[in-house]
Amino acid sequence: MSSRDHMLGLMAKNQPALLPLEETKLEVISYKDPVRQFAETLTAIGGKAIMVKDFSEIKMRIREEFDTTKRIVTTIPEFSDLAEMFSASVLPHSFENTELTLLHTDFAVAENGAVWITEDIMGQRILPFICQHLAVIVYADNILPTMQEAYERIASRRYGFGSFIAGPSKTADIEQALVLGAHGPRTMTVFTLNV
Amino acid sequence: MATREPGDHAAFAEKFNRDEARVNWHDETLWTVRKRRDLRAGQLPEWEALRSKASMIKDHTLSNLHDYWVQFEKNAIANGARVHWAADATEHNIIVHDILKTNGVAKMVKSKSMLTEECHLNEYLQDNGIDVVDSDLGERILQLADERPTHIVMPSIHIKKEEIGELFHQHLGTPKGMSDPQFLTETARHHLRDVFLTRSAALTGVNFAIAETGEFVVCTNEGNADMGAHLADVHIASVGIEKIIPQRKHLGVFLRLLARSATGQFITTYSSHFSVPRKGKEIHIVIVDNGRSRQLAREDFRNALKCIKCGACMNTCPVYRRSGGYSYNYTISGPIGSILAPNLDMADHKDLPFASTLCGSCTNVCPVKIDIHQQLYKWRQVIVAEGHAENKKKLAMKAMSGILSSPSLFKMAAKGFSWVSGILPVAVKNKFNAWYHQREMPEVKKETFTAWYKRNHKE
Repeated sequence: MSSRDHMLGLMAKNQPALLPLEETKLEVISYKDPVRQFAETLTAIGGKAIMVKDFSEIKMRIREEFDTTKRIVTTIPEFSDLAEMFSASVLPHSFENTELTLLHTDFAVAENGAVWITEDIMGQRILPFICQHLAVIVYADNILPTMQEAYERIASRRYGFGSFIAGPSKTADIEQALVLGAHGPRTMTVFTLNV
Repeated sequence: MATREPGDHAAFAEKFNRDEARVNWHDETLWTVRKRRDLRAGQLPEWEALRSKASMIKDHTLSNLHDYWVQFEKNAIANGARVHWAADATEHNIIVHDILKTNGVAKMVKSKSMLTEECHLNEYLQDNGIDVVDSDLGERILQLADERPTHIVMPSIHIKKEEIGELFHQHLGTPKGMSDPQFLTETARHHLRDVFLTRSAALTGVNFAIAETGEFVVCTNEGNADMGAHLADVHIASVGIEKIIPQRKHLGVFLRLLARSATGQFITTYSSHFSVPRKGKEIHIVIVDNGRSRQLAREDFRNALKCIKCGACMNTCPVYRRSGGYSYNYTISGPIGSILAPNLDMADHKDLPFASTLCGSCTNVCPVKIDIHQQLYKWRQVIVAEGHAENKKKLAMKAMSGILSSPSLFKMAAKGFSWVSGILPVAVKNKFNAWYHQREMPEVKKETFTAWYKRNHKE
């Protein structure tokens, strides 16, 4: 017998009688101002939340906050004057010297400061991870209260890869001392577009 | 360090307790994490409802495990992943090695996976000429130190920064005496970036496998799982059969609980959902039993399979905090390790269910409501009934059970105890009384409770 059949046989034999999967929806926390809650949470986990009114203000803030003489990569055509458009055909390793990655997000989550980014808006999967700094643009009305609403939004959408990203990469593996910038970005900035 | 050292929990704890300052530091560090968990739990009015829901989903899943894995396999294959089945640790290691051989890989990068620790994968691969580098900072530190994790979430919680500084000085060329965490982390960042960029295979663990979609979710704070997987040609994901959940939307329950319970974060920095391999690349999912289906059959103990490996029970445990992870002498330490280990080998791990005060704090913080302290208690009965208890414990329990089942004997014994320990403290506080080791005995009252009650409640 194959290990597959052996293992599945043991599961069928040893699992208890079927218990119900109750579908009742949880009543979850609501925030008076999810946009403000998101900004507060993101700040608390070491990220930076910046309110902006349009793309030109984002460009201005990027020039202020980042070293634009270094490599900036984006998947958003409107930023091609400031950044290099990503290429899907190059090796992911070639983004190793990326200073800043600038991406869109479908939505963000107020309770934990996370943004949801799928492969189609990431360009290459490595882009939000390999850069020294990550910047993400979200529309204010796409900030959801909790992960419950987040998965209602994702629903049955198909993606090859998707990730919730909440703040800069971090570690506390040395005596629980928090250090930002473990393997991924050292900073995370979220531009919230209030239109 | 594949071989287990001889000794029981009490003996290892005694060793750990010799350095009182370190014990206090270990205790306080973990208590800080426990307090952060309380803070986060208290911020959500629905916290208890979330725990109930998570528990219900897991109970249901365990009762339908066969169908969910069949469904997962079908969907994962449709996504383009390859699915392997490993009945035990040896088969898991052979499968991983075969995948590497087929792809001509001699060097692999690995992110955190307690399952591969359980299977001793690193040792197996190294014996077969494969170079493995652990990329989680805590695990990399342990690899350099040739030690095992002492905590499932914070693997190097027992090591001081000065010791890490010395390890980095020896292995990574940092200046001697340098122990600043920021500096050491930066050094590891550069060292491991070179590793990520030069490995064509990456192995990760799995936090959640979703039957409905065939995708799996990997949670890290450092980003090491993503750095490894997105740069490699071959991504191997090892998953125990307890890690499955029915639907994607259930992540909206578990991801709210996991990091809050584990470290007091709102969520881990990265919660990455892997579904389809990159074009021309491979994802291999290795599904592992290794004793889990045996636990599934044990009605009193199957609940332990609901575990989402947050480590909250360890952070809150008064024994774990003061005895250290090594005292458990098993891959998973603390209360949850103590109810998982006897399932694998009861005789070998017979000491673990006794390494608890049964205070129940573990059960209270468990995000999926595993009845941990009740299982510890039940394991004790099974271990004694099957004749695995040590003689001194058996004698003591036999004597106590006789005394406790007879009211007149109890009265005599209570008077006798207070007389003996009051007049002759040395009779209780001596090296032959195992209970007294590393403990302060309370002052003994001259009067028994019964005598006190009679005196104060005269009718």
